[in-house]
Amino acid sequence: MHKYVIRRLLLAIPVLLLSSLIVFGLMRVMPGDALIALMGESGNVGQKELAKLRKDLGLDRPYHEQYLLWLWQMVSFSPGDSIFTNEPISVSLKKAIPVTLELAALAIVLGITIAVPIGVLSATRQDTAADYAGRVVAVSGLSIPDFWLATLVITFSAIWVHWIPPIGYVSFWDSPWRNLQQFLLPAAVLGYRLAAATMRMTRSTVLETLREDYVRTAWAKGLAGRIVVYKHALKNALIPVVTIIGGQLGTLLAGTFVIEQIFALPGMGRLTVEAILYRDYPVVQTNVMLVAAILVTLNLIVDLTYAWLDPRIRYQ
Amino acid sequence: MATVPLRVPLEEPAGTTINRAHALWLTMKRKPLGAVSAALLVVLVLTAIFADVLAPYDPLATQPEIRLSAPTRAHPFGTDDIGRDVLSRIIYGSRISLWVGLLAVGIGTAAGMVIGLLCGYCEGRLDLVVQRVMDAIQAIPGLVLALAIVSVLKPSTTNAMLAIAMVIIPGNSRIVRGAVLSAKQNRYVEAAQALGCRQPRIITTHILPNVTAPILVIASIWLGNAILIEATLSFLGVGTQPPTPSWGLMLSSTGRAFMEQAPWLAIFPGLAISLAVLGFNLFGDTLRDAWDPKLRRQG
Repeated sequence: MHKYVIRRLLLAIPVLLLSSLIVFGLMRVMPGDALIALMGESGNVGQKELAKLRKDLGLDRPYHEQYLLWLWQMVSFSPGDSIFTNEPISVSLKKAIPVTLELAALAIVLGITIAVPIGVLSATRQDTAADYAGRVVAVSGLSIPDFWLATLVITFSAIWVHWIPPIGYVSFWDSPWRNLQQFLLPAAVLGYRLAAATMRMTRSTVLETLREDYVRTAWAKGLAGRIVVYKHALKNALIPVVTIIGGQLGTLLAGTFVIEQIFALPGMGRLTVEAILYRDYPVVQTNVMLVAAILVTLNLIVDLTYAWLDPRIRYQ
Repeated sequence: MATVPLRVPLEEPAGTTINRAHALWLTMKRKPLGAVSAALLVVLVLTAIFADVLAPYDPLATQPEIRLSAPTRAHPFGTDDIGRDVLSRIIYGSRISLWVGLLAVGIGTAAGMVIGLLCGYCEGRLDLVVQRVMDAIQAIPGLVLALAIVSVLKPSTTNAMLAIAMVIIPGNSRIVRGAVLSAKQNRYVEAAQALGCRQPRIITTHILPNVTAPILVIASIWLGNAILIEATLSFLGVGTQPPTPSWGLMLSSTGRAFMEQAPWLAIFPGLAISLAVLGFNLFGDTLRDAWDPKLRRQG
């Protein structure tokens, strides 16, 4: 297992370095430079001020120096300041990351809680009304855009129940009830998409496992249906489900970008979208890189979990 | 003495087409959802092509006197905040969605195919380096990468389309590479090499026809995703710009602003996006079942 962990870690480092090169390169593709794009449009900034700002931001240095400096800033957790607000990016991120993490974690919990039982039900009652209903719910989850579902949920809860989630973010430690009220709807919307993919995977893997010889043996021994399904079949069927959840983490993180915008949650997604709209490139490149790093790390954890669950993978 | 045939018999291209069409037809007969999805897509394509004829009004014509009018016989989907007919805008919006989807998937698939073919056929260092670059692009979630690209370029339909194409390339290249690696193991490729065929000819005439099934299946699945990403980018204000009718933009600009007063502004564009994406997702599943069941796990 140690060798496998080391090999996977060594593979993750070049991927992250290349991602950083892509993100950095992307931000430099902009015609002129970021500052001209930002200030030039207003027309109120003179050449001298532009030159000074460019020097302050290190934009006058050669590209390789800028890249190495940015890499060092990222590694030392001090990624510079926002052009637009002048606030250190690390300070904005410190406020935003817990919001996104809470939203994503709640969405995963809600998604799995809904998906696994419905997936099992669909598989054990294949081609019945329950199965068709479960499959429609799953396919809809993959087709309905997050932002539409979120808009509908807010609209109809306002029209029918006369309730909308409280505005103005409050942390869980300050007021747990108000915080949960703010996060429940966005997490449910975000969790629905995750649930849809997980539901489909759970159904197909449970169906496959139910046809295995050892499950037939369990039935032949006269074990109760619940024990056969949950103790024998589901346990083995869950291995590919872990992978699909891992594969969905990117979609989930991207989903927070839209959902935070709609529900006015001050997380990383909202911070990045606003930075994109204001062309605040230091914030954009730091946040996109951070998302890539989080995703690579999470995928690494999923791979290691998978290898731990299924020893054959370690020796491939 | 045994004789070695000089030419290895190849499958007739026409036969392949008939077999694929037949396999698709059989799958649709077995799974009615496949037929439903095909019907949905036909409706979508016809709506986009004949938008001029089908739309009852000019999608940009404003009639302030009937602003925010609820659905009526004259305006079945109601009107927006400046009195534009929502049905006409949705009909014209199908053009944008389909156009962006087709072009983005076309560019992404073509580029992914070339990269995948080269990597799979040449292997070695080129493959190692290019696949690590693809890994690096895939490490960034598709929507986030598209957002970053659009932030660098200017928000517009064309740039959104290019950004979506960039998102599609790595996944496609990987699938084509896998298919090429497996196709290379076939005897007829070895025979072609032994007969002294040039590499470009081997790639284009012997390997490419064998990897078209996975390419088409993945492209059909990506079409739905491309429409969804375009709608999301427009919703966030970095895709199609007003006053062009785009489903995502209609939802963000008027749909959200007037959602309590005029819920139809949010309901119909969202329904259009969902149906289009659903159609492509289901049709992609049907194609996969018919042509390439091995891909079922990867999709």
